[in-house]
Amino acid sequence: MEHYTMNLTLKVWRQKNKKDKGGFETYTVNGISSEMSFLEMIDVLNERLVHEGKDPIAFDHDCREGICGMCSMYINGRPHGPWEGTTTCQLHMRAFKDGDTIVVEPWRANAFPVVKDLVVDRSAFDRIIQAGGYISVNTGNAVDANATLIPKDDADAAFAAAACIGCGACVAACKNSSALLFLSAKVSHLALVPQGNPERKSRALDMIAQMDKEGFGSCTATGACEAVCPKEISITNIARLNAEYGRAGLTIDK
Amino acid sequence: MFNSNIPEGPLEKKWEEYKGHVKLVNPANKRSIEIIIIGTGLAGASAAASLGELGYKVKTFCFQDSPRRAHSIAAQGGINAAKNYQNDGDSVFRLFYDTIKGGDYRAREANVHRLAEVSASIIDQCVAQGVPFAREYGGLLSNRSFGGTQVQRTFYAAGQTGQQLLIGAYQSLERQIALGNVENYSRHEMLEIVKIDGKARGIIARNLITGELERHFGHAVLICSGGYGNVFYLSTNAMGSNVTAAWKAHKQGAYFGNPCFTQIHPTCIPVTGDHQSKLTLMSESLRNDGRIWVPKKQNDTRKPNEIPEEERDYYLERRYPAFGNLVPRDVASRAAKERCDAGYGVGSSKQAVYLDYESAIERYGKIECRKHGIDQPSAAVIREHGVAVVKEKYGNLFDMYAKITGEDPYSVPMRIYPAVHYTMGGLWVDYELMTSVPGLYSLGEANFSDHGANRLGASALMQGLADGYFVIPYTIGNYLANEIRTKPIPTSDPAFVAAEKAVADRLSTLKNINGSQSPESFHKRLGKIMWDKCGMARNEAGLKEAIEEIRALKAEFWRDLRVTGDINEFNPELDKAGRVADFIELGELMCQDALQRRESCGGHFREEMQTPDGEAQRDDENFSFVAAWEYKGDSQWELHKEKLEFEVAHPTQRSYK
Repeated sequence: MEHYTMNLTLKVWRQKNKKDKGGFETYTVNGISSEMSFLEMIDVLNERLVHEGKDPIAFDHDCREGICGMCSMYINGRPHGPWEGTTTCQLHMRAFKDGDTIVVEPWRANAFPVVKDLVVDRSAFDRIIQAGGYISVNTGNAVDANATLIPKDDADAAFAAAACIGCGACVAACKNSSALLFLSAKVSHLALVPQGNPERKSRALDMIAQMDKEGFGSCTATGACEAVCPKEISITNIARLNAEYGRAGLTIDK
Repeated sequence: MFNSNIPEGPLEKKWEEYKGHVKLVNPANKRSIEIIIIGTGLAGASAAASLGELGYKVKTFCFQDSPRRAHSIAAQGGINAAKNYQNDGDSVFRLFYDTIKGGDYRAREANVHRLAEVSASIIDQCVAQGVPFAREYGGLLSNRSFGGTQVQRTFYAAGQTGQQLLIGAYQSLERQIALGNVENYSRHEMLEIVKIDGKARGIIARNLITGELERHFGHAVLICSGGYGNVFYLSTNAMGSNVTAAWKAHKQGAYFGNPCFTQIHPTCIPVTGDHQSKLTLMSESLRNDGRIWVPKKQNDTRKPNEIPEEERDYYLERRYPAFGNLVPRDVASRAAKERCDAGYGVGSSKQAVYLDYESAIERYGKIECRKHGIDQPSAAVIREHGVAVVKEKYGNLFDMYAKITGEDPYSVPMRIYPAVHYTMGGLWVDYELMTSVPGLYSLGEANFSDHGANRLGASALMQGLADGYFVIPYTIGNYLANEIRTKPIPTSDPAFVAAEKAVADRLSTLKNINGSQSPESFHKRLGKIMWDKCGMARNEAGLKEAIEEIRALKAEFWRDLRVTGDINEFNPELDKAGRVADFIELGELMCQDALQRRESCGGHFREEMQTPDGEAQRDDENFSFVAAWEYKGDSQWELHKEKLEFEVAHPTQRSYK
């Protein structure tokens, strides 16, 4: 792979806090290596801003290996930028070329208020999990792990859904800011393993009720969520959720 | 104060006996006892969920925006457990013995045996939570091998085992939050331990969004804040991973155990340049199927695929035929460094070796073709089937490699080099996981307890969850049973006021230095000193230099730091400045510890102490102890030695040949 350096123009959303109106600021960065990650490019800019005595750009990031779900930039109109199945932290600068202008914004959704610059508050996701995204088993209650056989295909499908990193790109991409891909991934994960069976009805109903309460919109069925998901969580999970929800609504004993 | 409190009796009966006689707290009293937990990774989340379930009032704190982000999530390869599902000779004793030996006889036998005993229950618990471990076609759990063992005892979920285990623990934690047993404080950082009458009674935490300082009371405080590998700046840790919580505990009287024991992981993606902010691990599980090699010729500039088989040196298989590519991490790392230093390294930096999947792809491809009844398949068909198998087992890791390097690891061997990954050292704890401060506990990577001088692969997840699910729920009762008459202490108590003032003063000092250099630039410089002089190989002269350099760096830091933004707002620069200040102090202690330990053991390699064939040479007569350092003031520590007794696993020269 040939390496090269580039000069770029960045238009970055700056917003001091939740109440501030915010706006774009333009920066130029020079001599960026194609081997850098996108966040390392922002690091370079931030070091310069600090050196100039200016406030660096606030952004969420932690593991920088695509698994913690903390990074969350909207890059050139797409959550996590141009590469498919990739988080912002794994996006590398060889995705861009010399002279490019890159627009960077925070996730935009009423349920994800801006904290500062590119940082948003995603605690609504935690509260959706609190509404039922778990199996009620206390420590020490478990039977032997091999006592219940789980068909490999079910275990694999549960794993594929459980691979969701809770970053919120699905919400950011959705015209309605729906959280259904996130929610359906959790409901699917737990519906596909036998241990999740006893609570599957209340889980689907309660988690959806909480999602509505948090101010997320309803599904547009356009599939924008699936298209931008860095973990390529399938939209078929939403179909499964709909089935779970329908089943629960029709049969729950209360 | 300095008693490891190991129960009497034969090794295999200690934990059983302990549990049978430990003091209990009745359910009504549990409801009025408050516990503070710092960190929500595997150790913190599992402890919080389990203690919440028991009825204690728990508060959890994490600096991330959600408990689910803790860096346990990035653990890739797997979790060990002595289930013996493979019928290949595994047992509690084997797991215990492998761990003690893998740690180069520098861990406590009683703790390690307990870890092996509870390991099987962890897998049961996780499956009950819905953790989707990898399975065989018959529906049973699948296993694979990790370094330093000759059995298959590692459970896994593709290359995302840590993620799946953490989500299991996180979900249990969120359930307790929903039930009102746990209160969680995200985007909060603990900045001080509050002690009253010598006991830990609470913390001062900073709300990272508003910058406000908060006082929280607890009958006990648990530090579950992970390891300190980021002292090296470049490591496989998350950007936010830090030593601050543990360091504050240390400065309040908790001894720091074996700080110099750090793990350099052999298979990481090599550094590409100065801009590098972190290093990415390629799971040890890749050594199950991958083969590591360098060219037999020095400074060979040919592409890997142009180098014929007979001109490749599979140096691990050559040097360690019994364990081959699955030698423990410290051994594999040193062997890679040795080859690169001798001029056999590959890639543009020459600081890399190859991790090659070609033979695994061919082997799996042939098996698949047989399974599918394909007679006399062509090489291309074999390859296609083999790639599919490798993709299923390691797909996410290969994808990550491709994204970072721009190369396709299915057709070109991966380039890898060792990088800082884990810290075996940490807060000194006794058998009950209590530090030398009463009421202050430490769990998971934050403590020093189970891995000696080198941790085996897939044992970090095991230890984090063992501590949280199955150890602390028992041992904490032994302390709290005596606290049932202690009413919650109001946070207007002078001890809280004074602690908050100390924190506020320090923040304002950091902010008001008004120098010219960023926290990041100091961190980078510290990391370079540590990696060059306290990294994979250490020697007396280098360590002495490092101590001087770190002291000078510290002085410069407090003279010329620049923190932008304000104290009373969301300010990642200020957060970082505080963490770097603590790393600088820790760095000095690590060098002091490495200097006093005039032996080589596990990941601690003193160049002066090696066998004629370049292996680590222990000195059991003089160094069979845990170094527990007591903080005595700026750059001053007193060394306490906890003698290690080996009643069952008698120390021998560790051999993987």
